[in-house]
Amino acid sequence: MAYPASMTAQTGRGVYRALVLRKKLVLLALAIVLVLSIIADLGLGPARYGMREVVLALVGSPEVSNQVSVVIWDIRMPVALMAVVVGAALSAAGAQMQTILNNPLASPFTLGISAAASFGASLALVFGVGLLPFAIEYVVSINALLMAMAAALFIHLMSQKRGVTVETIVLLGITLVFTFNALLALVQFLASEQALAAVVFWTMGSLTRATWPKLAITTLIVIVALPLFFRRAWALTALRLGEDKAASFGVDVRRVRLETMLIVSVLAAVPVAFVGTIGFVGLVGPHIARMLIGEDQRFFLPASALSGAAMLSLTSVISKSLIPGSIIPIGIITALVGVPFLFSLIMTNRRRAW
Amino acid sequence: MVATLQLNAVGVRYGKREVLSGITTPTLKGGEVTAVIGPNAAGKSSLFRRIAGLLSGPGDIAIDGFPEQSASRICYMPQDTSVNTVLMVYESILLARKQGADPRVSDADLEAVDKVLGSLHIESIAFKGLSELSGGQRQLVSLAQTLVRDPDILLLDEPTSALDLHKQVEVLSLIQSLARRRQMCVVLAIHDLNQVLRVADRVMVIDAGTMVRCGPAEAVITPELLRDIYKVEGRIERCSRLCYQVIIDGPIVHQA
Repeated sequence: MAYPASMTAQTGRGVYRALVLRKKLVLLALAIVLVLSIIADLGLGPARYGMREVVLALVGSPEVSNQVSVVIWDIRMPVALMAVVVGAALSAAGAQMQTILNNPLASPFTLGISAAASFGASLALVFGVGLLPFAIEYVVSINALLMAMAAALFIHLMSQKRGVTVETIVLLGITLVFTFNALLALVQFLASEQALAAVVFWTMGSLTRATWPKLAITTLIVIVALPLFFRRAWALTALRLGEDKAASFGVDVRRVRLETMLIVSVLAAVPVAFVGTIGFVGLVGPHIARMLIGEDQRFFLPASALSGAAMLSLTSVISKSLIPGSIIPIGIITALVGVPFLFSLIMTNRRRAW
Repeated sequence: MVATLQLNAVGVRYGKREVLSGITTPTLKGGEVTAVIGPNAAGKSSLFRRIAGLLSGPGDIAIDGFPEQSASRICYMPQDTSVNTVLMVYESILLARKQGADPRVSDADLEAVDKVLGSLHIESIAFKGLSELSGGQRQLVSLAQTLVRDPDILLLDEPTSALDLHKQVEVLSLIQSLARRRQMCVVLAIHDLNQVLRVADRVMVIDAGTMVRCGPAEAVITPELLRDIYKVEGRIERCSRLCYQVIIDGPIVHQA
């Protein structure tokens, strides 16, 4: 956008207001894309329904048959909504990791948190080892969650050490990815054929594991976490000006970082624990949001959540439509779709994002 | 009430290495400009970071006579202004104002941002991304972020090092007039001794982690200071009734 060079102070305010309005419109557009994608997602499957049918079933119209209503509400709805909340959670987690670690490469996937979760899950799948003695039904998820949180806290503690730079954190994350991948390979090597298949499928990430209780837990975490970030919106935005600058504004940088990292670790770990490894949403979602809306956290945070949700929901649509009658695990599709999309955004956007 | 700042035996340690020690100042009052000068790596930035509360160490810092660290009273502009963000100039100044305040943006907030943009004459870059700016522009924006907080005590670490001569003179005059008008206590690190003579009421000389001299600018900036601290030959000339000028003849040549 070009603004006249000779701008008076009076219009500075006006331009800012117009900018805020534009950001709100971008958020609205993202929300509309998300809703359309959910409707498409609900319509797709072994039986295909049109948009009109889906909408009628959603509003409980007597025009649609009971069978269609059951398919949409009981079978497809948890999966479709899981895509939305998982996408939102991973993207918001990635956004805040990038913010507090001041690193464009930070995401649950690239810093080894997803790999740690996979390793934790594989322990349960292969050996039946639970890291907590209760909740047998959720043993895979709990193992994944605990390992993911441990990895996130490890990254955080290391990033606090004196002389640790942005590059060091990425290197550290990569060492975690390699370590957990090696451990995962070791577990797979020792696994029985049946357990091996379960592990491989788990690491691919699939939304078909979604159930109403899992959806409820993930939704609850997103609903609790986002307002906690939002409350700190100005402080988190200030971190983008550098640690010294934020501190000189009175931001308690250490505390904001620690609190944010704790919330991020839960936000990143729970989805991975329930649906397996879904890469790139946590990396790409925030970058899309940043390019669309900038880094003012009041808009950047909802934009990250919405773009992550829309991205995963659209990916779910694609994973159902590529090979008719079969659902490709969504973890495979996210990378294949997300990366070219990010690539084209980077190449067409002339403003430097980092 | 006029803000005051007084340091008593203030020091900074990095591990075992003492980079600054025993800095004791007279009471610096609102309305005054104090320049901190000294060679590179003398400990000027450490002193600023210590006063701003970013470093801990021995000694007391008293604001209005009380030992306290209150970010709302002090605002510090770091020397390093490099950023890597798509935040716009306007947004960055607004967010500086909103820290610790009511999170909602009011008309008064936007008015304050417009005013500070106007006073530094940077309206034309208000909607540019911070990482698109030149070094000098970044410095002006960083100063704007500091001024918009309307602090009582202003700590500026080399605020004019990347500015052209016109901007240096303009910015330092603005800082001086703000100090007088709003009774702000300004402490700034600066290398240009001619600018120091022009705007500073008081000069503190830091060398090798200690304060070696402190007093009115004309009394501190002398040929002896040039020789002892900066290792150059020079003289100070009075060029008008109010103004002095440093004239440098050349570096001291060591005789073998």
